Amino acid sequence: MKTRTLEKDETPAGGDAHLLELDGVGKHYGNISALADVTMAVDNGRVTCVLGDNGAGKSTLIKIIAGLHQHDEGTLKVMGAVRKLGSPRDALDAGIAAVYQDLAVVSLMPIWRNFFLGSEITTGFGPFRRLNVEKMKEITKKELADMGIDLRDVDQPIGQLSGGERQCVAIARAVHFGAKVLILDEPTAALGVKQSGVVLKYILQARDRGLGVIFITHNPHHAYPVGDRFLLLKRGRPLGYYEKNEVTLDEITGMMAGGAELEELAHELSSMGGHDEQEREVEAELAATKGKRART
Amino acid sequence: MTTAVLTKRDERIGQRSFLKQALGRPEVGSLVGALALFIFFALVADAFLEPASLATVLYGASTIGIMAVGVSLLMIGGEFDLSTGVAVISSALSASLFSWYFATNVWVGVVLALVVSLGIGFINGWIFIKTKLPSFIVTLAMFLMLTGLNLALTRLIGGSVASPSISTLDGFDSAKLIFASSVNVAGVNVRIVVFIWLAMVAVATWILVRTKVGNWIFAVGGDANAARAVGVPVNATKIGLFMGVGFCGWVLGMHNLFAFDRVQSGEGIGNEFLYIIAAVIGGCLLTGGYGSAIGGAIGAFIFGMANKGIVYAQWNPDWFKFFLGLMLLLATIINIVVKRRAESSK
Repeated sequence: MKTRTLEKDETPAGGDAHLLELDGVGKHYGNISALADVTMAVDNGRVTCVLGDNGAGKSTLIKIIAGLHQHDEGTLKVMGAVRKLGSPRDALDAGIAAVYQDLAVVSLMPIWRNFFLGSEITTGFGPFRRLNVEKMKEITKKELADMGIDLRDVDQPIGQLSGGERQCVAIARAVHFGAKVLILDEPTAALGVKQSGVVLKYILQARDRGLGVIFITHNPHHAYPVGDRFLLLKRGRPLGYYEKNEVTLDEITGMMAGGAELEELAHELSSMGGHDEQEREVEAELAATKGKRART
Repeated sequence: MTTAVLTKRDERIGQRSFLKQALGRPEVGSLVGALALFIFFALVADAFLEPASLATVLYGASTIGIMAVGVSLLMIGGEFDLSTGVAVISSALSASLFSWYFATNVWVGVVLALVVSLGIGFINGWIFIKTKLPSFIVTLAMFLMLTGLNLALTRLIGGSVASPSISTLDGFDSAKLIFASSVNVAGVNVRIVVFIWLAMVAVATWILVRTKVGNWIFAVGGDANAARAVGVPVNATKIGLFMGVGFCGWVLGMHNLFAFDRVQSGEGIGNEFLYIIAAVIGGCLLTGGYGSAIGGAIGAFIFGMANKGIVYAQWNPDWFKFFLGLMLLLATIINIVVKRRAESSK
């Protein structure tokens, strides 16, 4: 993966604006500031990773981009035009599709019905307007085959698929419906090692199809191999925004773990005379991150 | 030869036998139950198989089945309506009291009743959406309010617990022809509501499996948040479902009114459970997202058979509720098994 070099395109030439651009975006819930000062960009064929621990503001960020919530600070530009996305429909019309952690699939419904949910293909006129079932099944099968998933039967309930397969159906759906920006919310969080690898492969496939991908995760080991840009969040504030050639995996890991906090934790554990094993673990990790950071 | 055909197919599809596929349908449990019950009564009650008896059974089924259509769809959409039983009476009362009080053509009352029924459905749905209270509570409140309104307004306007007779008003005969006549089918008088019921089941089934709205109904019942996220108009779908129940209530209300010429204002209480039971026996999941209109119809048919079959078998009708309860229990257990199977990952 490291052989893939980045042609930098910080500011696209001429009127060529970013696919999606956030500048100083923030959001309050009442008097709580959930997100502030977020600046990031998404481009065709690039993967922008948003990294952060639980409660870092990742969910708030994607809800703003996907139109579920509206930001109250900063600007959000879609293809150069300043926008405020009022609803998920709004975002979809602007070419922004989100694949949520819970996947937004209805597990009791057949795969093809899920695939076309909310954007059904119909045929006929007036009161005889009906679903074009054959066509929808055919397209579902084809789109999934293009993603490299060979499904037995698109009529089975989607709940019977594995987590990775379901994730891929959701991605294929977004791609089929003309998404230009694809938001993936923790797609690997609930998956095993192998399934995670499969999903990462589909992320690259979506990228190679020219989509701008926003990949949200708390796992730098998943983000680094596929990402082109990295936005690190902590407690709703950006911790850093890097191009891939400006940062290493270890640096990202270190920043996310928070070196200082780890040190404090180690100290606390030893002062409590607590569990030696856990203490050693924390110390080992601390030493590792320090060492790696010193080397780079 | 067979191998040549088999290799063309995906080798994994072959493992799903026809039987297993059939068992995946929501109404299959109730269909088996209906057949068993039919054979049972055919054996124990000689009169049961006579065409006239079957017509009576179908009529009994239709008075539950018409409501079960709307209630099934609503249940697939994930909600309950406890106000249906009395809403039927409210609809009939508003038609009869309005026509009588203003001495209009009864068709004016019929149209007004449609507006009232759809309005009750809309208010149920609208309050449910706005307050985010469970539909159980919202419609329970509606049930109580309508029960009171039915009694109070009937006494206030008509001066009695029953609405005054409207049989002498203009349009009564034509309305009776539409809502409460009988059709002669091969020498047997079949009540017209049976045909209205079957037509409604057909339309509802078509909506459910072949239209966009049907897709949305399954989706809002299966996972409302997921549906909203992909752009399904969840609120409109749910309000529409409550109004659909209202429409069914109007049809049955008009039948009740024109089958006689007056309505008892205290009727209807408890019927809402019969409609829900029909839907549940028919394979609609209480939690939503799964079921069929045909299932609701089979549930209603089971109800009709048990109800009249006990009479034809010359048993004490006291047993009826016991059988109904037992069937409900069995049906729900089957449903849970089906749902677990459908949702389980491999």
